[in-house]
Formats: sequence, C-alpha cells, structure tokens
Amino acid sequence: MTLFIQQLFNGLALGGVYCLAAIGLTLVFGVLRIPNLAHGALYMLGAYLTYFFLTTIGIPYIAAIGIAAILLFVVGIGLERLVFHPLRNSPHTHHMIAAVGAMFFFQALAQAIWGADFRRMDTPITGELRILGAEISAQRIVIIVVAVIVLALLAWFIKRSIHGQTIEAIEQDRVGASLVGINPSMVSMLTLGLSALLATIAAGLVAPINLLSPTMGDALNLKVFAIIILGGLGSLPGAIVGGFALAIAETMTATYISSGVGEAVAFIVLVAVLAIKPTGLFTKAVQR
Amino acid sequence: MSALKNPRLLGTFAVVIVIAATPIFFAEQNYTMRVLTVGMCAAIAVYGLNIILGFTGQLSLAQGGFFGIGAYGVGLLTTDYDWSFWSAFIVTIIGTAVVGYLCGLIALRTKDEYFAIFTMAIGFIIFLVISRWESVTHAHSGVNNVKFPEGGGIVDFESPVAMFYLVFVILLVCIYVTHAIRRSSVGRTLLTIRTSEDLADAIGVRVGFSKQLAFAASAVLGGIGGGLYATVVGFIGPDSASIDKTFEFLMFILVGGMGTVAGPLLGSMIVTFLFELFQDFQAYRFIVLGPIIVALVIFAPRGIIGYLGGFIDRRARKRKIAEARRSSGGSAPETDSARVGTAARTDTERTGNDSTTSSAGSGTDPEETK
Repeated sequence: MTLFIQQLFNGLALGGVYCLAAIGLTLVFGVLRIPNLAHGALYMLGAYLTYFFLTTIGIPYIAAIGIAAILLFVVGIGLERLVFHPLRNSPHTHHMIAAVGAMFFFQALAQAIWGADFRRMDTPITGELRILGAEISAQRIVIIVVAVIVLALLAWFIKRSIHGQTIEAIEQDRVGASLVGINPSMVSMLTLGLSALLATIAAGLVAPINLLSPTMGDALNLKVFAIIILGGLGSLPGAIVGGFALAIAETMTATYISSGVGEAVAFIVLVAVLAIKPTGLFTKAVQR
Repeated sequence: MSALKNPRLLGTFAVVIVIAATPIFFAEQNYTMRVLTVGMCAAIAVYGLNIILGFTGQLSLAQGGFFGIGAYGVGLLTTDYDWSFWSAFIVTIIGTAVVGYLCGLIALRTKDEYFAIFTMAIGFIIFLVISRWESVTHAHSGVNNVKFPEGGGIVDFESPVAMFYLVFVILLVCIYVTHAIRRSSVGRTLLTIRTSEDLADAIGVRVGFSKQLAFAASAVLGGIGGGLYATVVGFIGPDSASIDKTFEFLMFILVGGMGTVAGPLLGSMIVTFLFELFQDFQAYRFIVLGPIIVALVIFAPRGIIGYLGGFIDRRARKRKIAEARRSSGGSAPETDSARVGTAARTDTERTGNDSTTSSAGSGTDPEETK
C-alpha cells in the first residue's frame, strides 16, 4: 500500500509534466493544424536553459525556469515565423519534415554548447514529505503544485483574456475569426510561443529528477504525441486526462510489471487506441 | 510529347551510368567504394519511403525501423545462427514484408498526422526492441562479423567493387519495381490518394487497401536496404534502427526530389557524401544540415530532380507559347493571354500524367504557374 501511494504520487508528478508538455502541443495543433515534431526539442532546450541559469549563472530555481520559459517563448515565435509561417499553404508532410529539421538543429546546437554527456541538475528543493507512510520527495510535490497552478492560469488565460480568446476563436473557426479582425498569424505566433513556454516549465520542473541530454526530448516527444492522440488532437481536456492517465499507467506498469514495459506502455496504448478508433478517443469534430 | 519526356529519362540514365562508372575511378580506394555502396543501400530504403511518401503523400516515420529489422535479420541469422547470407537475406525480406503488412493493418485506418505519429511509434517500438532485447540482439554491443554474400565460385563478394556492383544491381531492380508500381493501376491509385484521400474514397478507390500495399512495399524495400547495409558494413548497432535513420532517409528524399524516379538515388548519394565531409564533427553537422532541411522544404520542396523537371517543363511551355504566338501572328493581347492560359493548362494536364513529375499537385504549384 505504501509503495502504491508512493508510485501514485510519482505518477501524478510525471502526469503534471506530461500535461504541460502535451497541452502546448495540442494548442499548436488546434491553431496551426500541424503536429509540431520539434516539440520535444523545445522541451530539451528549455531544460538546458534552466540548467544554464540555475547552475552556471546561479539564479534561484523558480526564477531560472521563468527566464528560460520567456526565452523559449521567443524561440517558439521565431520557429513559427521562420519555419511554419512560410509553409502555411504547403501539404502537411512538409510541415512535419521542416519540424524534424528544426528538431535536429536544436539538438545539434545543444550538443555543441553543452556536449553530448548526460548532465545532472541539482535543485535547491530538498527534503521529503511523509504522506500515509509513503515518502514523497518535495521536488515531486513542487511539480504537482506548479503544474496545477500553471494549468489553472492557462485555463484562465484562454477562457478570460482577450489574447487567449483569440486562440480559441482561431481553433474554432479560422475564417470566421479572421472576419472579425483577428490576425491568424499573430495568434499562431502566440500559440507556438506559449507551447514552448509550457514545455520549458515542464522541462525545468522535471530536470532535477531526470538527467539532461541533447536527445532527452525524443522519448517525451513520442509520449506527448501518444497523449494528444489519446485525448484527441486539439482537445485541451483530452490532453490533461491523457497526460495523467498515461503517466500513472507508466509508473504503475514500471513498478508492478517491468521497467521495459513501463517505457513501452505509451506506445502500446497508442497502437491499441489507433487500432480501435483511428482518430483518437475524445476527438471533437475538426473541420478542415 | 515523347520529346518532352526524354530529357527526364535521359537524366535518370545519366545518373545511373555515372554511378555505375565510379568504380573505374575509385576501385583502388576501398573507403570511397564502401561509402558509395552504403549510400546505395540507403537509397534502396529511400525508394521504399518514396512509395509511401512520394506517391501516396503519407509521411511514414517507420522506415528506419524497417531498415533496422533488415539489418538485424541478416546480421543475426548469419552470425548467431550461421545461416548463409542469401538464405538469411530472403528470410529477412519475407520477415519485413510480414511486419510491414501487420503494421499496415492498423496504419491503413489512420491518415495524415495520425499516420505519421503512428508510424513514428512503430519505428520507436522496433528501436526499443532492438536496443533492449539483449539476449537476442546483443543490445548495445551490436552484431559483429556479418557474413559477406557467397559468390557462385566465379564472383567473390569480399572485394568492395564486387559488393558495389551487387548492391547496384539490386538497387536497379528496386528502382525498376518502384517505377513499375508507379505506372501500374495501383500506382495511379496511390497518386489519387496523394491528391485527396477523401476524394479518392468518394470515387470508389480502395484507399485502405492501397495504402496497406504501399506500406508493405516500402517496408520490404527498407528491409532489403538494411540487409545489404549489414553485409556491406559488417557491423551493426541499434543506431541502424533509430529514428535518426528515418530522418536521414527523409533528408535524402527531400534533396533528390519526392516522387521522382532518379531523386532518391541522387539525394542519397549527394547527402551521403555531405555526411562524409562533415564526419569530423558528426554531432554538429545538423547545425548546418537542419536549416538546410527547413530551407529545402520551404524553397525547393520538390528537390533537385523536381527542380530540374520544373525547369524542363517551363522551357517546354515557353516553347509552346512562342509557337502559339508565332502561329497567331501578333493578335490582340486578350487572345494572346488566353492562348498562354490554354498552353499552360495542357501542359499541366501532361505533367499530371507524366511518370516522373514530383510533389503533390505539381500543376498547381505557384512556382510553376508563375
């Protein structure tokens, strides 16, 4: 039972990270109608920048994540401007290939700056909490709390603020939104920036638990894609439910079956879901 | 019409003859021969990708995985189980066909980004199995001393030049097969799917079946490329099945030209040599190559061959327009422009039927109609 509670919290913490990363990806899909294969690379870049500000420069942990997130927001905007904007009328495959090119660029860049070796990031948040006999590291509690706060802020931003509402408007009806004066390319830039920002927060939160490497985004990339397909491309609630469900499934199978199966569970789920329902579980009607 | 088609056919032959002649100059340089041969192994897998991506317009990200299955199939059977190369090769091809068919069973239900992500997951699962299943695949220590193909007494495939020609001949067969698929009714079905899957479905094309066939064919070519790669290099590791391999193939096809006959070969050879140039800073090569991929997709989505093809088309159109002008003998500007429009339209129709044109909707390409 103790083990179960401990793993449940581990799963929740991982779920928080997955959610933040997956929501950014699903937002981009909703607005730009493209699966951004470079998302994992943005996550990786976010982790390294957090590492840089925390360890090399010596800025406090949360502030380091914040600065990295703002920088990645700019990188996201740049990615939209330089890569996706010129391709907006091209076939879908072109977007995906271009995103792959961007992903390779980011990975090689990180490797050139920080090297190919694994790096460890120490966090100032130490200590453990005892909940029902299980020991939960404070870092994981921070992940869960920050993830919930960020998700709530995001929900407020999209539902209540003008800029957020433009995102939703474009998602719902691109032409209609343009007719009432919303600029689709501004919204696209905002969305990609936001998605990179969320990925950075996720990466900064999880970095002290995991090791950093230029290819750390690859596995996450596949997992968040599995999540948003599970939840239906473009669906925000789907991304949240999918993120937590997959994370808990992953930690539980890793604990009770084997770590190898835990690693593969996302893909097994993905294949199973696509075999049963090729358009995802919670897909809303997407008009092209 | 046949005169217009000739430059392309000639171009393809030129590429093939240039590559066939390379051993004359490099026969003494074993290293160069190996690089060329490895490039051609990759080209075979790229022709597989061409079927699914170039013809059908579906981005399959599992090609590296199938390449890995091919490499490990031949590698493990010839070393651990001591099979002869040829029997291992044939069994491996059948194996990839089966795996490709099974994956296709699910893949055919998905489309567009779901298809891309699904195939990416397949590729990753294959990579995970190869890199983690230590008792069978030796995980990170890889497979050493993969056997060379047995010659029939006269030929000895241990020399790089003989190996080069073996791969070259198999490559030519593969090119011919993809070309034949492209011209068959199945190939036309695939092109219809590329233009519009919904439309194809509506007019009664068996979209799922055709996609599954294309997927299995591309897997088989990936397996053939991988199997040959294993014997050419002699050593394989999990890297040969990684998603990076898939992306390398993507780059090859992009540089050469999607959906063209000569494109994958040309792209594979050029980029393989670029990779060799960048070998000293292999890890950083994508700082340069990444933006090149992006720029290619944005500015030259049809690759070198597609660009040349477009050039040939434009010249042909100009000639047609000039002929039209001459015959009309300086008529009013309205009729003149109307004529130009007709000339362009007939040209588009012709391009649509031509076997070697690349990229979706080449007739409606803004670059073309300018």
